[in-house]
Amino acid sequence: MRDAEAIAVQDLVVQRGGREVIHGLSLTVARGTVTGLLGPSGCGKSTLMRAIVGVQVVAAGRVTVLGEPAGTPRLRRRVGYVTQAPSVYSDLSIAENLRYFAAVLGVSRARVAQTIRTVGLHGREDQVVGSLSGGERSRVSLASALLGAPELLVLDEPTVGLDPVLRAELWASFRELARAGATLLISSHVMDEARECDSLLLMREGALLEHLTPQQLRRRTGREDLGQAFLAIIERSQREAAPGA
Amino acid sequence: MSRPATLATARRVLWQIRRDPRTIALLLAVPTGLLVLLYFLFEGQPRTFQKIGAPLCGLFPFIVMFLVTSIAMLRERTTGTLERLMSLPVARADILFGYGLAFGLLAALQALIVCTVGFAILGLDAAHGAWLVGLLAIANALLGMALGLFVSAFARTEFQAVQFMPALVLPQILLCGLFVPRPQMAPWLHAISWLMPLTYAYDALARATAPAPLDGAMAADVLAVIAFTLASLAAGALTLRRRTP
Repeated sequence: MRDAEAIAVQDLVVQRGGREVIHGLSLTVARGTVTGLLGPSGCGKSTLMRAIVGVQVVAAGRVTVLGEPAGTPRLRRRVGYVTQAPSVYSDLSIAENLRYFAAVLGVSRARVAQTIRTVGLHGREDQVVGSLSGGERSRVSLASALLGAPELLVLDEPTVGLDPVLRAELWASFRELARAGATLLISSHVMDEARECDSLLLMREGALLEHLTPQQLRRRTGREDLGQAFLAIIERSQREAAPGA
Repeated sequence: MSRPATLATARRVLWQIRRDPRTIALLLAVPTGLLVLLYFLFEGQPRTFQKIGAPLCGLFPFIVMFLVTSIAMLRERTTGTLERLMSLPVARADILFGYGLAFGLLAALQALIVCTVGFAILGLDAAHGAWLVGLLAIANALLGMALGLFVSAFARTEFQAVQFMPALVLPQILLCGLFVPRPQMAPWLHAISWLMPLTYAYDALARATAPAPLDGAMAADVLAVIAFTLASLAAGALTLRRRTP
């Protein structure tokens, strides 16, 4: 029996460096959707993602991923995670990197070629990662996470430093993955990427402000531009917080 | 732990080093070069050269592998590849043994060269066979690797990691008995030397290169080296955390 939710976070509290950075956050992410996690840098997006992947020590709360507690060994095959900084070996070639992660995951060589094509790096397999541009490096990192065809992909700012054409291509392949049944949680601080998402999680200072669709965000704020809309939401939340503070 | 993941890790580590021919050249040539230097330094004092040079053949791999591993492991930590591996279905033992296999192989090559030059060309005497010195060299290399792996957890930068060499390795070389026989040391230094793994590594090498028949003391030395290696590996495994703060 499959749960309807890919991710369920309940009252999550995280402390980093002696400071509370996530304050009792709750949210759910539906299966087969592309969900955007948006908010200014430093608002706790990466920490939340780390908690969902199960690599973050959490102080309190419950994180359930694909029906199991986050970080359970069995989930390591079912969840793909791409960190903000490309985490690949810069002294190996593209193919060597992917072949290593493929061996760890137990997937075939054919799958390596396939994923290299997905991220648009075919024909350059033998290039050493250290000689690639930042955007290309993050695509190698992304390809490593796609190898095992995970049910849930957690991508931390996967499109930073990419040109608009490539960004559009990547978002198209994210949509393709979701159509095939995968769930994607993608963080970004570029608001115009929000329109590519099925639903949006708006974060600020370690708290979830809103969970809505791009249409709802526009309707609620009366702004067509999603960046403006997000600012309006933040202003409103500050006004609401002010009297009690 | 799975054999394919261990082997894949070993292959990956070797592939990384292969990309760096200068490191390989230094790794293989420097110990031999230093030995040749000692040879000329003690020209006309063959007994001194024998006393220092012969055990050193088996100590070089310890020093080199300590350095190489602590830096390599630190890189895995700082580039995020360790975090990626920890989110994948790979056992910590796969990583540890993968590194052990790769660096053990490299150490064997290094020991082969330095022992060949020392015992066949420079006239050093391995009373119980150069092969025994070679084997001890490999064991010492693995000890160095295990220690390097463990201490890499306490370095944040490569500058710090490099400093562990004079901080942790040099005192061991000074106190292991190579320069001053341990019974002649001040009692408190003698007491400290008992706690240092290199003391046992050196003692085994001194026995292997001296004419006196081998006895139980040799076996005790070898067991101590193995015990220190396993303890460091276990401590190192504890520093490979799935979840980090």
